[in-house]
Amino acid sequence: MTSLPITLTINGHRHELEVEPRVTLLDALRDRLGLTGTKKGCDHGQCGACTVHVDGERVLACLTLAAQAEGRTVTTIEGLAREGELHPVQAAFLEQDAFQCGYCTTGQIMSAVACIREGHAGSDEEIREYMAGNLCRCGAYPHIVAAVRQAALEVQS
Amino acid sequence: MRDFSYLRANSLDAARQAAALPGAMLLAGGTTLIDLAKCGVAEPETLVDITHLEGLDKIEVSERGVIIGALARMGHVADHAGIRSRFPAVSEALWQAASAQIRNMATIGGNLMQRTRCPYFRDPANFSACNKREPGSGCSAIGGVTRGHAVLGTSDACIAMYPGDLAVALVAFDATVHLGERQVSVDDFFLLPGSTPNREHAIEPGEMITAIEIPGSAAARRSTYLKIRDRQSYEFAAASAAVGIEFEADGRTIRDLRVALGGVATKPWRARAVEAALIGKVWEPDTVRAASLLAVEGAVDHGANHYKIELAPRVVARAILKMGETV
Ligand SMILES: Cc1cc2nc3c(=O)[nH]c(=O)nc-3n(C[C@H](O)[C@H](O)[C@H](O)COP(=O)(O)OP(=O)(O)OC[C@H]3O[C@@H](n4cnc5c(N)ncnc54)[C@H](O)[C@@H]3O)c2cc1C
Ligand code: SF4
Ligand code: FES
Ligand code: FES
Repeated sequence: MTSLPITLTINGHRHELEVEPRVTLLDALRDRLGLTGTKKGCDHGQCGACTVHVDGERVLACLTLAAQAEGRTVTTIEGLAREGELHPVQAAFLEQDAFQCGYCTTGQIMSAVACIREGHAGSDEEIREYMAGNLCRCGAYPHIVAAVRQAALEVQS
Repeated sequence: MRDFSYLRANSLDAARQAAALPGAMLLAGGTTLIDLAKCGVAEPETLVDITHLEGLDKIEVSERGVIIGALARMGHVADHAGIRSRFPAVSEALWQAASAQIRNMATIGGNLMQRTRCPYFRDPANFSACNKREPGSGCSAIGGVTRGHAVLGTSDACIAMYPGDLAVALVAFDATVHLGERQVSVDDFFLLPGSTPNREHAIEPGEMITAIEIPGSAAARRSTYLKIRDRQSYEFAAASAAVGIEFEADGRTIRDLRVALGGVATKPWRARAVEAALIGKVWEPDTVRAASLLAVEGAVDHGANHYKIELAPRVVARAILKMGETV
């Protein structure tokens, strides 16, 4: 198939690239743009490691075609920190020790930022339900919930 | 994943025309289609992206009911105040489905068109026999691992379970699917496998789901969706029930009851026998439990899925009891 010229706006920067239509946003980010903070776990929508924001909402980059993201605003983990200062959710993950191997962490953080913004971080129970789309094979869940709870309080105040 | 060409539809008509061509498929949220393309199950030559079409994502609540545009996303519909107050079972079916990320991507139209999770269907590289994929090739599930397969509505050709949640609530409340001008009841939209399990929906090439419509009712207003699964969240149903109830003025006699099952049948399954047994009766736990057994009338198991025949009536009973307790 012929490749498709697309323009992607990622973390405020415009990137022009040519991709085969089948290339996912995940593969474009990692293999074409060197933004390897977004992880590939299952590649089938089952783990959440590839979570990014498109137009401010959390989505899975492994089931999004790069071509579909044209004209939308994409934010990845690399775009969270402001002027060298960690996003409150990033800081909370560090403080609460909310990871072991770290593979799921960038997806967890992107998901948590959106979860708080959506207003779905009101209780531990709600955090668990609305963070369920991010699996952690190391089982760091209790600390992840604590980090989201802490960040939610900070962001809201 | 085999490559395909990609085009963005800029009008409904353009989308329908492009998708009617051989090898072309509509692309909405992609959470079923891109997944199945990676599995080698879907092999589209052209994807017609409809997510940029305007005006198809509205949620319009009125006295008569609600019309939800085909491009409205699952998460938005779940959180919509009018849906939550008038159709709680619909909101609950949606927020208990998939994950927050998937619900932000997945559309209502795509949701109705999602495919079975039968592991043999999803794995053509290892299992060539699958009547749903390849009519006449046989069924790898029959005689295989059947824990997740259906016990109701099966045929000799296919026992695949319909995995969705939303449509279970829709069939309970007599929703219709809008295919442009044409409208079909949700019950008729989903087809039994019979001898043609490859045909799952009453939709023709060149047609597109434009909206769903759910009539308002007292039963829909007092409704719930109970979903039981192997893990608490981010999992398909082992058995689920959408239940809506309306009482007579005495607050005890059942005037209207809607019951539909998920996770156990080959299509969203309306349990009319349970409804008929309880309408006009006084709501009372033993009566409810006895009537709930009718939910699995005619069920046939294939070994490992036998538990569903016991589980489904309990899920139905628990949902009806929960709806009665809040009198
Ligand atoms: C990990 C995972 C877990 C999930 N868990 C659940 C769950 O618990 N409960 C549940 O109910 N669902 C679950 N799902 C399924 C999910 O809800 C569906 O994949 C989703 O709703 C499909 O919508 P979409 O917009 O992404 O469709 P797409 O993938 O874009 O399209 C699906 C199909 O519908 C066709 N189509 C799309 N729009 C239209 C239209 N308007 N008219 C006609 N045809 C159309 C496409 O051509 C394609 O064949 C899960 C999915 C995944 C990946
Ligand atoms: S149950 Fe249906 S979908 Fe699964 S292998 Fe058999 S024919 Fe295919
Ligand atoms: S890599 Fe996308 S959900 Fe697992
Ligand atoms: S920290 Fe290892 S997978 Fe989550």
